[in-house]
Amino acid sequence: MIEPVRRAAELPPASRRGAFPSGLRSEEPATSDEGRRELRAPRRRAGQQSDLLYYAKRNSKLVFGLSLELFFVLAAIIGPVISPHGTAEFFLPRQPPSAQHWMGTDYFGHDVFAQLVNGLQLSYLVGALGALCAALVGMALGFTAGYRGGLLDDVLQMITNIMVMIPSLVLLVVIGAYLKTRGVVFEGVFIGLTTWPWVARAVRAQTFTLRSREFIDLARLSGRRASSIVVKDIAPNMASYLFLVVILLFGSAMLLAASYDFLGLGPTNGISLGTMMNQAMLWSALQLKMWWWFVPPGLVLTGMVAALLIANVGLDEVFNPRLREQ
Amino acid sequence: MRRYLTRKVITYLLAFFVGATIDWGIPHLMPGNPVQLYLSKFQLQPGGYAALYKTMSEAFGTSLPLWDQYLHFWSGLLHGDLGVSIYDFPGRVTTLIFDAIPYTLALLGPAIVLSYLLGNRLGAAAARRRSLDNTVLPAGYVLQAIPYPWLALALPYLLGVVWHVFPISGPYDQTLLPALSWPFVSSLLYHWFLPFLTVFLVSLGGWAIGMRNLVIYELENDSSRYLRALGARERLVRRHAYRSASLPQLSGLALALGVVIGGNIVTEIAFHYPGLGLLIYNAIEDEDYFLLQGIFIFIVIGVLLANFVIDLVYITVDPRTRLSMQGAAQ
Repeated sequence: MIEPVRRAAELPPASRRGAFPSGLRSEEPATSDEGRRELRAPRRRAGQQSDLLYYAKRNSKLVFGLSLELFFVLAAIIGPVISPHGTAEFFLPRQPPSAQHWMGTDYFGHDVFAQLVNGLQLSYLVGALGALCAALVGMALGFTAGYRGGLLDDVLQMITNIMVMIPSLVLLVVIGAYLKTRGVVFEGVFIGLTTWPWVARAVRAQTFTLRSREFIDLARLSGRRASSIVVKDIAPNMASYLFLVVILLFGSAMLLAASYDFLGLGPTNGISLGTMMNQAMLWSALQLKMWWWFVPPGLVLTGMVAALLIANVGLDEVFNPRLREQ
Repeated sequence: MRRYLTRKVITYLLAFFVGATIDWGIPHLMPGNPVQLYLSKFQLQPGGYAALYKTMSEAFGTSLPLWDQYLHFWSGLLHGDLGVSIYDFPGRVTTLIFDAIPYTLALLGPAIVLSYLLGNRLGAAAARRRSLDNTVLPAGYVLQAIPYPWLALALPYLLGVVWHVFPISGPYDQTLLPALSWPFVSSLLYHWFLPFLTVFLVSLGGWAIGMRNLVIYELENDSSRYLRALGARERLVRRHAYRSASLPQLSGLALALGVVIGGNIVTEIAFHYPGLGLLIYNAIEDEDYFLLQGIFIFIVIGVLLANFVIDLVYITVDPRTRLSMQGAAQ
């Protein structure tokens, strides 16, 4: 069997073709120079990996995005440890930032910094869960549709196209309105269950083009099971691409969660960034000029998602040699 | 042509069917039933609870078999009857929704169209000039990453509370009565601007980045190389690149609708702008499930109609779909 090396190089620069989150659309991957790539002598895997690392270290977008993201991750981990106050403690209300309260206190006297680092953790948790669930469901449906083809493909594509058209936030609102207690895990899973069509579309399109390649034909001739071909031959060939899609989903899940929590449907067992903004709105932080209450959560979330986006573009350039020269 | 459109229409009808079924199914799949939820708001004696539960179940039809309830839902939906609102009690859900729709469309329509047009122009310009690219690209990423609720708080804070340039809430000056006079219309526009700007700005970045990447991609295409080899001016090459880049952007527009609608809901709530978003918020607050269901189905209808319009535009813009459809019809 021909080992499909140079994985990423064979894939189209799909994620750069669209906007976020429409970046996940790639219905017709470019196939123009596939033939040429087949002729190229395969290189060894180990060499390829150090190659990727070499380009990764030199890519300023990737380095910048990753370091910024790492900063926020660290803040989420050690923030609660270094925070002098807890989220449940009460202090003098409506205090501007000071040495005692780094980001001031809110309308009720909670420490904003303590809430912020707590919200950071919840944001990452929701984003990771949302991306994971969407990736699992989307991959299962996308691989099945793309590899099997035929009637099953038609049906699955129809389901995907229908789900794409139903706005996630509105669907989540209708579900959330009926729940009396809402946990963070629940929120993440539900977000994943409404955003999977993006993954399914991307995976299906990629599987569809890979299916007709020679090494897949060979694998099929050798009599292996379809599931084994998908896992061992098709999936590794789009691993880098899938990784990019999941990163974008991670970011959009965090943004979606913030909007959702802003509607007052946030987790009932913790305070998230969206909940902070919701409370700031409800208790007229604008009119009271309590900017320290609503500016930090939004600014931090913007930074978290922007860092992901920038790292994503950098990664795309690392994975796709065709993009490097620019 | 007809075959293509029939296929599309069937997809949309199916989507409507699925949307309506989800809309009906969610309350019925949840633990407890709507009457229990409604009664749990009151403190009742056990005897009173049982009596009220029986009466209300019969009144709302929740004692009927599920299948009957589902058919009732559809017959109501097709007759344009979405029930009575709890939040605005004797008011009908459809009346509330129709009152709110103009405000939502006034925000969404211009925000989507203008951000799409301007974003595409900006992106194409960024692909042309390196200096512009260095500002458009980072700005675009930041705009894409901004959470709607934050911009909907930060903009009115800066422009409204600190600098006193724009009003921060409401659809128009509360001292004015709705009339077709200049003071009223200008107040309407004045209050409209900030929420519009919020929805507009967040979408802008995505379109600019998408178009920039697509144009760069198209400029390296064989078709562009061929044009250059023929001696065409760079202007012409770029124009063709822009046109072919518009197609994926257009299909992206259909996919982005859901996100923009979500953002619009959040923005309306932050600005107290009386569209469907604020209505959703009030419905959640007052646990007005009929209203919530009604809004959901209207938003689904709106998205489907918008998708259909985009499909039609796509047919007129892309000569290939037009030709292939003519070929298929023959």
